[in-house]
Amino acid sequence: MIDSALSRIGRVGLFLVRVLSNIPAIFEQPRAVVHQIYNSGGRSLIIIMLCGLFVGMVLGLQGYDLLQRFGSEDALGIAAALGLLKELGPVVTALLFAGRAGTALTSEIGLMRATDQLTAMEMMAVDPVRQVVLPRFIGGIIALPLLVAIFNIVGLFGAQLIGVQLMGVDAGAFWSQTQQAVELDDVAEGIVKSLAFGLVCSLVAVYEGYHAEPTAAGVGLATTRTVVVSSVLTLLVDYMLTAAFLGA
Amino acid sequence: MSDAVVTLHGVSYGVGSRRIFSDLSLSARRGEITAIMGPSGTGKTTLLRLITGQVAAQSGEIRVFGEDVRAMDREALYALRKRMGMLFQNGALLSDLSVFDNVAFPVRAHARLPESVLRALVLTKLHAVGLRGASALMPTELSGGMARRVALARAIVMDPELLIYDEPFVGLDPISMGVVVRLIRQINETLGLTSIVVSHDVDEVSSIAHQSYLLAGGKVVAGGLPETLRHSEEPGVRQFMRGEADGPVPFHYPADNYQDELLGSSPSGRT
Amino acid sequence: MKSQRSLEVGTGLFVLLGFAALFFLTTQLPGSGLSFGQEAGYRVTARFENVGDLKVGSPVSMSGVRVGEVESIRFDPNDYRAVVQLHIAQEFNQIPEDSDASIQTQGLLGGKYVGIGPGGSDIYLEEGSEIEFTQSAIVLESLVNKFFANFASKGSEEP
Repeated sequence: MIDSALSRIGRVGLFLVRVLSNIPAIFEQPRAVVHQIYNSGGRSLIIIMLCGLFVGMVLGLQGYDLLQRFGSEDALGIAAALGLLKELGPVVTALLFAGRAGTALTSEIGLMRATDQLTAMEMMAVDPVRQVVLPRFIGGIIALPLLVAIFNIVGLFGAQLIGVQLMGVDAGAFWSQTQQAVELDDVAEGIVKSLAFGLVCSLVAVYEGYHAEPTAAGVGLATTRTVVVSSVLTLLVDYMLTAAFLGA
Repeated sequence: MSDAVVTLHGVSYGVGSRRIFSDLSLSARRGEITAIMGPSGTGKTTLLRLITGQVAAQSGEIRVFGEDVRAMDREALYALRKRMGMLFQNGALLSDLSVFDNVAFPVRAHARLPESVLRALVLTKLHAVGLRGASALMPTELSGGMARRVALARAIVMDPELLIYDEPFVGLDPISMGVVVRLIRQINETLGLTSIVVSHDVDEVSSIAHQSYLLAGGKVVAGGLPETLRHSEEPGVRQFMRGEADGPVPFHYPADNYQDELLGSSPSGRT
Repeated sequence: MKSQRSLEVGTGLFVLLGFAALFFLTTQLPGSGLSFGQEAGYRVTARFENVGDLKVGSPVSMSGVRVGEVESIRFDPNDYRAVVQLHIAQEFNQIPEDSDASIQTQGLLGGKYVGIGPGGSDIYLEEGSEIEFTQSAIVLESLVNKFFANFASKGSEEP
């Protein structure tokens, strides 16, 4: 049990090394990377914005309810901004990313495996890791932080919508308190987290796809595993990074 | 035998405790079409994977162009594979590229050609398989036979010395089958390359092969000219070549006594 | 080829949007964020006994109107006071030289800001001036302590 878990971690690690050793090749295929940024990012944009809005609105409601008990509704902007920047933005976006873009990557690569496309590349002396995996991996890593930033902006807007428009928090206080309380470090924490989650989610998605059993059931299983493993790893890494940032 | 492009000598291979090949030997001569036949499940595709170095044999010797495949690292294998082309069972076209881009793919990956030269090269190969008009289509818009012809064009675009076909006739209607048979022979003659065809379609493959091998139980059970195999009186060969339902390969999968199992009194039966 | 084009445009839009969002988050949201070129204005300093939790980027306001922000806070080891440098926007260049600066709180638990109360002089603050009259942050705990100390001493005086 522990044995197989360890060897699994080892395999994923070796796979990462293999992908990274091909990094220079992305300069030979910038179009493929652009394509994958679109696949992973552009296509997830609508769902990310929608969810960002709702998360922000919920933050507005809950935050207002909590803060007005202490008579500090004005701090709603701080609560929403810090909540989004440091935690909800990166985590929720990563979970959605795993479900939307990660599964698409896994099933696409898995199907290429099942229909011999990857083997065909091997036979044409083209490394499928370089040709197929690398642009998707890099595309995902680039796309996620951008999605997180968009999620945060839309979420802030949603919180502002509820807090200022609906609950009557002073707009000036909302923004000026937010600007005062939020530090560059908080923003940096969010960016570091989203980069880490981008790496984790993209790596899991391409790994599961590449190593999928070449059958319909195998690809389905790999897709499910992508969601489960990415979600769990995202939350685990989130805890470790949060602890590291608070300790620092 | 000095003109053998591919030689296997005493090759053994297994997955886990299951032995797929034991002491397998065969060779494919330059400029000829070598057919490898055998019932489903005898590991014909695995044999191709051994020859192309996708899996490693446990023992024995595999030489392609005189070089030992088993001793090669990834780079050497890739160098070797640039000299061979392979046609997969279902074509294995890259689903996100058009027909043209599929055929152009290996060229783009390995050579920097001006776009006009590339275009001419790809269209020539597509013309050879009769699909120049389909160059803008996507793989999903092709029939099975067309997909295989495109894959064939892709396999020959780099002018390989060795061409390997994995079950090229499976699932084709008679017309497409006739087309593919003719193409295999034509390509072999005009390009002067060596072909290995793995198939269980006895008549089609026998009609074009110079030399045939019949695999069963992880061994070569018969080898020689297609005619010799066809008229062999050895029961196993005869059954396969003539497609008889029962023979040395039994119709029934091994099972308990029929009557006992139906009546529920067999030792493994449920109560 | 056309679909390739629209895909690239779509990706471009997405990346642009993402970077715009990142830009906003890093530069606009935190008061102390990265700033590219400062708006025109002048700097004045003020010395306080205690700045409380005043931060770089905290607002400077007069009569509730934001006129600038805190640019730096440092400790002067010679007179044991905090030296706060304020950046005041150019349009507010008619602040009397004898104005006072105090550290105040937005709401009960809100953040600190520097409030400027106008004086009566005809000479205005300019680049490098120092505000002489300052009032430090009110620290809630010391206030409460003082109150209870008074209360206790009054209680003991009674017979």
